Amino acid sequence: MSGGVVSEQPGDHWDRKVASGLAFLRGRLAGDYEVDEFGFDPQLTESVFHPLLRLLYRDWFRTEVTGLEHVPDVGAGLVVGNHSGTVALDALILSAVLHDQHPRHRFLRLLGADLVFRMPVVSAVVRKGGGTVACNPDAERLLDSGELVSVFPEGFKGVGKLYAERYKLQRFGRGGFVSAALRTGTPIVPVAIVGGEEIYPMLADVKPLARLLKLPYFPVTPTFPWLGPLGMVPLPSKWMIEFCPPIATEHLTDSADDPLVVFNLADQVRETIQQTLHRLLERRPDPFGP
Amino acid sequence: MTPGGPSGAPGVVVVTGVSRYLGAHVAARLAADPRVGRVLGVDPPEAGGEFTDLLNGVERVRVDAGSIGGLLADLDVDAVVHLALVSAPDPQHGGRAAMKDQNVIGTMQLLAAAQHAPRLRKLVIRSSTAAYGASFRDPAVFTEETEPREVPRGGFGRDILDIEGYVRGFRRRRPDVTATVLRFAPFIGSTADTTLTRYFAQPLVPTVFGRDPRLQFLHFEDALEVLHRSIVLDRPGTYNVAGPGVLALSQAIRRAGRVAVPVLEPGLSGAAALARALGFGRYGLDQVDLFVHGRVVDTNRLERKFGFTPRSTAAAFDDFIRAHRNGVLVTRERLAAAEQLVLDGVRQVRSTAAGERS
Repeated sequence: MSGGVVSEQPGDHWDRKVASGLAFLRGRLAGDYEVDEFGFDPQLTESVFHPLLRLLYRDWFRTEVTGLEHVPDVGAGLVVGNHSGTVALDALILSAVLHDQHPRHRFLRLLGADLVFRMPVVSAVVRKGGGTVACNPDAERLLDSGELVSVFPEGFKGVGKLYAERYKLQRFGRGGFVSAALRTGTPIVPVAIVGGEEIYPMLADVKPLARLLKLPYFPVTPTFPWLGPLGMVPLPSKWMIEFCPPIATEHLTDSADDPLVVFNLADQVRETIQQTLHRLLERRPDPFGP
Repeated sequence: MTPGGPSGAPGVVVVTGVSRYLGAHVAARLAADPRVGRVLGVDPPEAGGEFTDLLNGVERVRVDAGSIGGLLADLDVDAVVHLALVSAPDPQHGGRAAMKDQNVIGTMQLLAAAQHAPRLRKLVIRSSTAAYGASFRDPAVFTEETEPREVPRGGFGRDILDIEGYVRGFRRRRPDVTATVLRFAPFIGSTADTTLTRYFAQPLVPTVFGRDPRLQFLHFEDALEVLHRSIVLDRPGTYNVAGPGVLALSQAIRRAGRVAVPVLEPGLSGAAALARALGFGRYGLDQVDLFVHGRVVDTNRLERKFGFTPRSTAAAFDDFIRAHRNGVLVTRERLAAAEQLVLDGVRQVRSTAAGERS
């Protein structure tokens, strides 16, 4: 067996798998792929990141998804969710779920805190996965080009809260995400994510250590840091994700600078998510149930 | 359009920095344009005599920056094209101090002279996308309005900020002069010889561990085209000039068939050591910052106002690769051969295993 293009060789299922895997590897090693101006690498995201996340959300977290019809099929949309879990795994799961299960298989472009982009490796991976710095120029640029963007306005206040505070939405900051949506006339799709709070239940926050390491918090969970690397394995909680009906903003494009409009809209989004969280929690009596 | 008329192509053009690659090519191209009356290439007295063939139609004037004022007034100069910038210190020619002297003081003196040149109506300044600095909080794409969040650590970036500051002052004092500032992305191409082209020409290319910056390049010939248009047309304002699209550093290295060698990124104090490790001992922190943060600019304004789109970053880089075939470690042929080898191996093992089972 020699010569010719590898992918055209006859063979059974496994042979084709090996051949396509090798062809993928060759393309990657030759640099034959496209990266957009934000550093998003759709090929790598689809063939490496999402399959890994799929194992997590489908088999480990047994995620149930509802309300996908509220996510627009085409054009811009701003998906706003609650943040939790000590490690911001919820954002990654959300983007994999949306791409897998949305009828148009849309990519979700995450907006992350600048701390994320300060860290080596993490910054590179997040950019390749379609993420960028949470700032208005980037958000508006993505929305203007018709992308589906997601923000977690609670930021570290949401991710780094104690287990006792679970499913209590934190402050939404200045509502910068609302101004971005208003300025571009983008519909806001609130999303409630249940399950993230239990993956790394944070019992305490060692503030001096956090300050020393220049982190927003230093978590102590039932398994971390006691079990070392084993403590990094997320607990298998039951996840539920619900997308809520979109809030239209085209008629408010002139009010992007009006603090009253911005705050009211941010409040409306916050209330929608909070109520949806309560509703989902009622449907999930046992956090580690089937 | 008559030479020296009220608008359009200028009659008498002064180009600074003609003893360097960019300046020589810009001056030669202007001299070849029948719309342009007279091209004067200005250089400091100690400059070398390179590019004499290229500069046939250019009158070369050797004068230091301090006494350029008389020249501008005596010769009724219509347009000044300032290209005499140094992007990296050269230890053989005074290092960083001389670089700053030439970039900042040189521009200051030129602008002071230009301010008092009665007939002057056009000023074109070479700037750089380094004007946007580098920080973790930067937006992914810089438009001309983006203000730098942090002053760059690198000398060239700081010089660029100073230079653009002086141009703003000049614009205030001489609103009648059409001032064009061109913020160029790093040049690349088959002929350009720059810090970056030397970097990518190495077989083993050092990178910063855990970082994969987004890069943009500008083909050298497109830089010439934009400069030429900004001189013969009237395009006031500041423009980003870069090849559309983006290459990740890792991707560029792979396309060039080189092998990346990640180097750990130390703290700020170690940055100079890192610069040396990256092979930029001579060039300092400008490139280190570029290789940590990357830099992408929006070129919409250029495309709209100049009616010209530079070839894409990927195409410009391809042109560079074609011209630098030697030093390639990974070729497409070798990759395909390796792929075939592994596939054959897997098939052989599987057929042997299947044969043993039956």
